Amino acid sequence: MSLNHDEVRRIARLARLEISPDEVEGTRARLNGILDFIAQLQSVDTRDVVPMAHAIDVVQRLRADQVTETDRRDAYQAVAPETEAGLYLVPKVIE
Amino acid sequence: MIRASLKELSTALATRKISAVELAGEFLDRIEKRNPTLNAFITVDRDRTLAGARLADQRRAKGETGPLLGVPLAHKDIFCTGEWLTTCGSKMLSNFVSPYDAHVVERFKTAGTVMLGKLNMDEFAMGSSNETSYFGPVKNPWDPRRVPGGSSGGSAAAVAARLTPAATGTDTGGSIRQPAALCGLTGLKPTYGVVSRYGMIAFASSLDQAGPMAKSAEDCALMLSAMAGFDERDSTSLRRETEDYARDLAKPLAGLRIGLPKEFFGEGMDADVRAAVEAALDEYRRLGAATVEVSLPNSGLSVAAYYVIAPAEASSNLSRFDGVRYGHRAAEYADLVDMYCKSRAQGFGEEVKRRILIGTYVLSHGYYDAYYVKAQKIRRLIATDFEEAFKVCDVIMGPTTPSVAFRFGEKSADPVQMYLSDIYTIAVNLAGLPGMSIPCGFGNDGMPVGLQVIGPWFAEAKMLNVAHQYQQVTDWHARMPGDAA
Repeated sequence: MSLNHDEVRRIARLARLEISPDEVEGTRARLNGILDFIAQLQSVDTRDVVPMAHAIDVVQRLRADQVTETDRRDAYQAVAPETEAGLYLVPKVIE
Repeated sequence: MIRASLKELSTALATRKISAVELAGEFLDRIEKRNPTLNAFITVDRDRTLAGARLADQRRAKGETGPLLGVPLAHKDIFCTGEWLTTCGSKMLSNFVSPYDAHVVERFKTAGTVMLGKLNMDEFAMGSSNETSYFGPVKNPWDPRRVPGGSSGGSAAAVAARLTPAATGTDTGGSIRQPAALCGLTGLKPTYGVVSRYGMIAFASSLDQAGPMAKSAEDCALMLSAMAGFDERDSTSLRRETEDYARDLAKPLAGLRIGLPKEFFGEGMDADVRAAVEAALDEYRRLGAATVEVSLPNSGLSVAAYYVIAPAEASSNLSRFDGVRYGHRAAEYADLVDMYCKSRAQGFGEEVKRRILIGTYVLSHGYYDAYYVKAQKIRRLIATDFEEAFKVCDVIMGPTTPSVAFRFGEKSADPVQMYLSDIYTIAVNLAGLPGMSIPCGFGNDGMPVGLQVIGPWFAEAKMLNVAHQYQQVTDWHARMPGDAA
């Protein structure tokens, strides 16, 4: 499996990473180097093997559905790039 | 006091031979002198540290005691610390002051430790050489032309140069053990789930685990006893009995069965590393241990499986950095999506972007089964290999790294070459096992070599015992850069 320039641009778009025209080729070459390396996994017979999502076999803990967080809006918004009246500001999405 | 163990520091503080303020001052002076060359710290704040030290002295004056009360240490900059910058080695978070403390940081605060500063690291813990840090590479104190390893390279360099008595690190694929090996330290990655990940900036959530980096196994035991414990804010934190990880340190090793995976002793290990590891195994035999050959037939696939699973999880975790709630936001953009794309492109470095792209690709429509599920199946095979091996041995040993510390630039041009420097450590993370690196001698050019000790799940106390007994009959762990050979 080898990526071409269009695929590199498509993946970058999916990942929300701007990629300049002069970065595409270098990125493609390095990504393909890594994909070539991980291709060795395909040669292993893994029929009947149960995928291992996690190292420790435990079930998800549940807790009572109660409010445990206190209101720390000011502290959280103190590190935000742009806020106004307790709201996070972003460019206009809906016309 | 720079060579003193945590226990010695603890005694000196308890007997009022030194105050926490004096002790912190001694290390701060050393940091001021050495850090400009080593670049091990991203943030140092003398006033804040001394305020913390005064608080520890006040607690003691009020009658409080505790093995770590007033002991200085430093945290990898991946741990959120209220009031201090937490950069994760990235431009993305270069202005980020966390509104809360990580669980590990909380635990050490409760124990009364004094924070000396925040330690440099590969950006978002992605790297094996510390060359990916936005704040510049850390130098190896044994030879400033060489890398300290990564991603906890700042932690390793700071302890090795005795700028701090001990440090925290995190290990996703070897990021505690590999730098510990390359800088001549003792480092322990606990069993997955033993230490809470709350407030530890996420890289690959099914693999990330925090642990201690220190001068000896005894110090690591003391640190781990403070760090470990259940935390309901981490959904994978395990509810277990509280452990004193130092409880077995003094046990003799007679009858210990050491498994030697034949795959770890084949080609790929440099001769100088092999010589030091073999000598350490001889020492263990003299201590009464027996060695037995074991096999981890799928371990050769671990790096490839890791470079599917870790980037996949990273691409998901790092999607939170969008320039909206915290972190870098581009100055100019056309619309919302453009703001995301530009903020992320500017905020992340090359290696982080590369892993996000790989992760995005392997999780994208049509490729999920071929890459991600396949890698998870191989992860199962790797874990099963260890289960089989531990039927005939108590611990597994081998090299931590294939070579001693390499030079800057040597591997940074080829990502795959860099990834292969973690060839002996990655399988441990995939299986969720505890792993350690302990100094076992010196290789070419006087650079430290690490012996890796891998235990069954939750065998930390046993591994620390195994390491400690070796450190009673050798002094590799006590050597520091600049000592006469």
